[in-house]
Amino acid sequence: MTDFLAQHADILITLVKIALLLFIVLTVNAYLTWFERKVVAHMQSRWGPHRVGPHGLLQPLADGAKFLLKEDPTPAGVDKFTYFLAPLMALALALTSIAIIPFGPDPIRVLGHDIYLGIVDLNIGILALFAITALSVYGVALAGWSSNSKYPLLGGLRSSAQMVSYELALTMSVVGVLLLAGSFSLRDIINAQAIHPERGIIGWNIFPQILGFLCFFIAAIAETNRVPFDLPEAESELVAGFHTEYASFKFAMFFIAEYTSMITVSCLCAILFFGGWLSPFPASWTFTHYLPSAILIPFGLWVVWDGIRYETIFGRIVLPGLGTIITVIGAVLIALPFINEFIQGPFWLLGKILFFLFVYVWMRGTLPRFRYDQLMSFGWKLLLPVSLANVVITASVILLRSR
Amino acid sequence: MIPTHYYLILSAVLFGLGVIAFIFRRNIITIFMSIELMLNAVNLAFVAFSQAWNRLDGQVFVLFVIVVAAAEAAVGLGIIILIQRNRQSLNVERVDLLKL
Amino acid sequence: MNAPLIVFFVLAVVAILGAISLILQRHPIHSALSLIVVMVALAGLYLLMGAEFVAAVQIIVYGGAIMVLFVFVIMLLNAGSEERTNISKMAGWAGLPLAIALMGFLAAAVARSTDRVQAAAQTGAPAPTKALATLLFQDFVYPFELTSFLILVAILGAIVLAQRDQKESHL
Repeated sequence: MTDFLAQHADILITLVKIALLLFIVLTVNAYLTWFERKVVAHMQSRWGPHRVGPHGLLQPLADGAKFLLKEDPTPAGVDKFTYFLAPLMALALALTSIAIIPFGPDPIRVLGHDIYLGIVDLNIGILALFAITALSVYGVALAGWSSNSKYPLLGGLRSSAQMVSYELALTMSVVGVLLLAGSFSLRDIINAQAIHPERGIIGWNIFPQILGFLCFFIAAIAETNRVPFDLPEAESELVAGFHTEYASFKFAMFFIAEYTSMITVSCLCAILFFGGWLSPFPASWTFTHYLPSAILIPFGLWVVWDGIRYETIFGRIVLPGLGTIITVIGAVLIALPFINEFIQGPFWLLGKILFFLFVYVWMRGTLPRFRYDQLMSFGWKLLLPVSLANVVITASVILLRSR
Repeated sequence: MIPTHYYLILSAVLFGLGVIAFIFRRNIITIFMSIELMLNAVNLAFVAFSQAWNRLDGQVFVLFVIVVAAAEAAVGLGIIILIQRNRQSLNVERVDLLKL
Repeated sequence: MNAPLIVFFVLAVVAILGAISLILQRHPIHSALSLIVVMVALAGLYLLMGAEFVAAVQIIVYGGAIMVLFVFVIMLLNAGSEERTNISKMAGWAGLPLAIALMGFLAAAVARSTDRVQAAAQTGAPAPTKALATLLFQDFVYPFELTSFLILVAILGAIVLAQRDQKESHL
């Protein structure tokens, strides 16, 4: 038995990583929906979900139960194979893109095996992500067409035309970062930003590539069909766009695919332009390594204090429990320095991902949406030339510097 | 290591299937897709030889073939749209005005 | 029977099944989906051979742009299932075995002649994109510029072809 484990250790480790990552991503998806509803609600001066569980924290479970138990009708006249394939394809592609993202620099040493945080580190990491983005156009186009109805067809065609247009600007805007890093691999891109660790935040790619970052962020929002680029699936415009005719579980698959691609884009923004797992402080300021504890311990204590005076009994039990767990984690990080060092990288990366997710949700609550012709002309006439100009400027500066 | 002729046999089989699809299908778009299948089979042969000879010229040529296929697809689909507009059918047997 | 050989056979079977599905499907959209499956299988084979950049370009350009174009045109033209045609039975009965014979002949010719191809050492290492780029922009720069010109001409041609007829007075 142990012989079998030792021989096939690599495959088994990868399988365990995949299962763990899938579980984490799906949970983050579910709580991202909670986060979005809460944040948008507070921006609109109302509470979001706050009945189902303390502070609405069990709302995603209720939503998941609803999606699983609702009736799942198939409209008449649909092309059965394509109708069932489209949400599967969208979900599978969105979840595959998480496999390429590295979550931390140092491996965990277990029984002589190095377990890196991240399922795989491809030589062509960023190109593989573009390939997945290119294929995810099919999920939308086929969903719209196979529904045998005019609103989904229009929504699907519009949405896929939008995705194809902004895909070009997306790939062009990243070329500047690739020129600076000299490699397609995501780990190499972060390591290229870590060459001068005493620079901290100055060494990140955001400063040389501010234009590229803006182009990338805008194009990525258009790729994921989010506000302000969500005309093809907006409720007041095209009923629900390409997923009108999709009911409970298949709609949930599209939903999860959209939120997962949001998470992937946030990860990419953090990795490509904001230094990934690098701390913004210079490496010599080692006291900043206590920042995770400095955030977790007060937050845990606040959750405990808030939970003690909560209205429901369930909240008065669960919230202080959660709060004490968070405080204990913070204390453990101070007590055990080697775990603290290990957790620095993932902590900063997760912080940046959360920040970008917050910006995504903030835009959802704030901005009006583009009209379709404005959207297309913005993508082709402004974003693509600007990202091409960014490539030319970056290449010229690199060439002049190397003279 | 996988022998090169495995890849070449696969390439020949795919090319032959593309020829069969080209001859036996009536829909213009399907015929066009069989041309793309033949181009893909040729690409596979190029990359196989590039690996066999340990040179990168084959892969460079694959890039060119992909670019040419893209240009050909754009113009060809434009022509297909025109055929649909003029003959109201995508059946290649209906495009027979030049027949005696 | 090592792992690369198993992967090769799986991908080869997927590619051949996709190609056969392309021939046999009634509706052009299912043929398009089969062709996408073939292309992704071929991209996997390129990865197996170490040509990682070509594999990525195959999926991004071929699978993500050219086939999207095909799918769009099929949707816009509302191409339905193929109608039954009066192809002569004789052509069907004689043609298919002959086509398969052609395929077999090609494959046999290839199998017999490539014993000498095994000359160079196959390192099995992935091809570095930098070397590919150097080759493309130094030795092959003239065809490269020509292909960019070709794409420009193709774009113009496609737009002119697919335009609606303008009024006669514009001519």
